[in-house]
Amino acid sequence: MADTPRNILTQGIFSENAVYRQVLGICSALAVTNLLANTLFMCVGVIFTTVMSNVTVSLLRNHIPKRVRMITQVLIIASYVMMVDIVIKATSPDIHRFIGPYVGLIITNCIIMGRAEAFASQNRPWPSFWDGLAAGLGYSMVLIAIALVREPLGFGTVLGMDLPGKDIWWYQWTIMVMPPGAFFMLGIMTWIARARLVKE
Amino acid sequence: MEPNIDSGFLSATLLIFLSAAFTNNILLARFLGMCSVLGVSKKVDTSMGLGVAVIFVTTATSGINYIVYNYLLIPLELEYLRLITFIVIIASFVQLVEMIVERVSLVLYNALGIFLPLITVNCAILGVSLFMIGQPYSFLEALSFGAGSGFGWFLAIMLIGGIREKINENALPKGLAGPGITLIIIGIMALAFVGFSGMISI
Repeated sequence: MADTPRNILTQGIFSENAVYRQVLGICSALAVTNLLANTLFMCVGVIFTTVMSNVTVSLLRNHIPKRVRMITQVLIIASYVMMVDIVIKATSPDIHRFIGPYVGLIITNCIIMGRAEAFASQNRPWPSFWDGLAAGLGYSMVLIAIALVREPLGFGTVLGMDLPGKDIWWYQWTIMVMPPGAFFMLGIMTWIARARLVKE
Repeated sequence: MEPNIDSGFLSATLLIFLSAAFTNNILLARFLGMCSVLGVSKKVDTSMGLGVAVIFVTTATSGINYIVYNYLLIPLELEYLRLITFIVIIASFVQLVEMIVERVSLVLYNALGIFLPLITVNCAILGVSLFMIGQPYSFLEALSFGAGSGFGWFLAIMLIGGIREKINENALPKGLAGPGITLIIIGIMALAFVGFSGMISI
């Protein structure tokens, strides 16, 4: 398949989706999805980091000695994550208090390392940019889908706003916002996605 | 009749260990180290190898990171460098341990060595350090938090490994085998661990 932006995007988002296909980077997928607002912040941070670190790794790919490749990539990723962390802390301290440690953990998010190592270290910057974007968007799609189930079921809200007629029909399903709910939702999503979308 | 005051120091350290291992289990309540769990937990032996390596590395790195953060980064007002500092410390510590283990004991190297590189990218290690600096711990309490978190992770991956070994041959619906069913098992286990919550509050 040719490396056109379009192909890279569809591959990264659907058929080779990092979360349900390659099962990477799911720590944060589980932790931040109990509120949609947290999820959106996390997604923006991850997209920014994958894109920027992919481009940087790709630009430097001929200058990094093979032996120190991994640690260099980690340092590149860590610098971008630091930027994200500082920006979120400055703009929304409330959200940072909850997702702060998980933002730091974007460094060890295997999606980003994986894309830098598997794609960007062997390709030119422009395709790497699209590859990073596709990986980030694929990740965001799954996270937002999970958050859109967990927040309404657990709190009866979407983005902190009450669902219409919440007082009449809604009953708090606490388990959805607790850790087990996250595991069940991601398990079910992986199941559906693998049974329907992925041709083994 | 006030054991908390008499042996306050010891019991606080012990309580931190227990709460890190059970009520706030790093895998089941904080979701960290999932990638390695899904990848490695197919068998009990390999789960145990990785689990032991994680206990050792979380304890040691949370101690080192505690010292570096409180006595180096805070006095110099460089707290915003904590992410990059922690990850470099963890990566170099793991590398160092790998080299030492290879020299000292080949048996230990064969048992643990292959797991050590995996640990650098295991988010549980970095996560323990990040959660640790969020709490007003003393040095010993930080060590105990690191050890407790590592032990909780070890416990969880051993249990998951055992269950996965049992269901290995069972027929499953299309698409559920592998990560799908493992996530659901972990979910049920997390439900059981929710039962511990409220037993210890610190």
